[in-house]
Amino acid sequence: MNKLSTLIRVGISDLNTVSSPQMIRTSGLGSCVGVVIYDLNMKVGGMSHIMLPDSLATQQQHINEYKYADTALPILVNKIIRIGGRRAMLEAKIAGGAQMFNMSSNLDIMRIGPRNVEAVQTTLKQLNIPIISSDVGGNFGRTIDFDPETGKLMIKSVNQPDKTI
Amino acid sequence: MSFEDLSKTQLDVLREIGNIGAGNAATSMAQLINRQVNMNVPSVNVVTFDQMMDILGGPDATVVALFFRFHGDAPGTVYFILTIEKAQLLIKKMTSNDSIDLFDENGDVHAFALSTLKEAGNIMTGSYLSALADFLQLDLQSSIPHISIDMAAAVLTPALVEVSQVSDYAIVINTEINEMKLDTGIHGHFFLIPDVDSFSKIFNKLGIEGNE
Repeated sequence: MNKLSTLIRVGISDLNTVSSPQMIRTSGLGSCVGVVIYDLNMKVGGMSHIMLPDSLATQQQHINEYKYADTALPILVNKIIRIGGRRAMLEAKIAGGAQMFNMSSNLDIMRIGPRNVEAVQTTLKQLNIPIISSDVGGNFGRTIDFDPETGKLMIKSVNQPDKTI
Repeated sequence: MSFEDLSKTQLDVLREIGNIGAGNAATSMAQLINRQVNMNVPSVNVVTFDQMMDILGGPDATVVALFFRFHGDAPGTVYFILTIEKAQLLIKKMTSNDSIDLFDENGDVHAFALSTLKEAGNIMTGSYLSALADFLQLDLQSSIPHISIDMAAAVLTPALVEVSQVSDYAIVINTEINEMKLDTGIHGHFFLIPDVDSFSKIFNKLGIEGNE
């Protein structure tokens, strides 16, 4: 990691953009999905921490658009274009979507991880952004770091070896 | 219902709920480890999801989390959360066996240690919830314990999925229970996170107006 680079943090239901030599991180993804979208040649990108699949299912009057896959990702794409990303060159990587507790319950909320992953895949497809690689599912948390210089997404977890996709 | 403008009375009631629940849980823990156990005054926090993780040391702090869903009249989630160090201590004291560790030599979680923790969680959360149910005169049934040793944000989001469909804030009723010797003793957090619809039921049951 470049010692001089600064690290941008993305909270839960949050998103932000990044350009080299900055790095961007979101911590403790469980059922949430971390999405990075980037233009490798321009060395710019952005990260989104998706909590829920679908804004249409909300009961909130004023929704937080950064919380849902279908609303957050188009916003992220626009922000990346504004800092120099080229629409046609954008690519994506995704991580997260775990099921943290193995519940036999029929509760829909317990399947939220896989549903988030599906929603992210669907939205990226609608946006015509290819998913280059992904590390999703399982029953463990992930912290992800993205470097727009190399396009690499580094994944850390508690009981699994570190991994780069 | 908007969480940001709960009245002082409503916050007091929630604090009292934490008090009653954790008081009983502390008694159960004292019996389990045969030592005196204290609890602090509960805090009721209306927090963003990020702030909630900060209570436990940040989103990627590793914690031992016992997770219980409860069903019935006012459903919600309860966690009993320990650091790895304090979880090991609890296991050692419960089993009166100093050589037992949460992880075996390969770094895998020890099955016996895990079931000891689940049992401890079961007993303490059982007394936490039954005290609540008695106080509120509500029917609450707990799920079996689920355990995860992982990043704070990853283990807490299952409780937030329900809440996050209606709010960007969660109400956390946080009570810590401590063995008498503060520094070296066992120390754990109870997090009570009622589902959004449960608050009005709790308030109504106690004769307090919900603020719709």
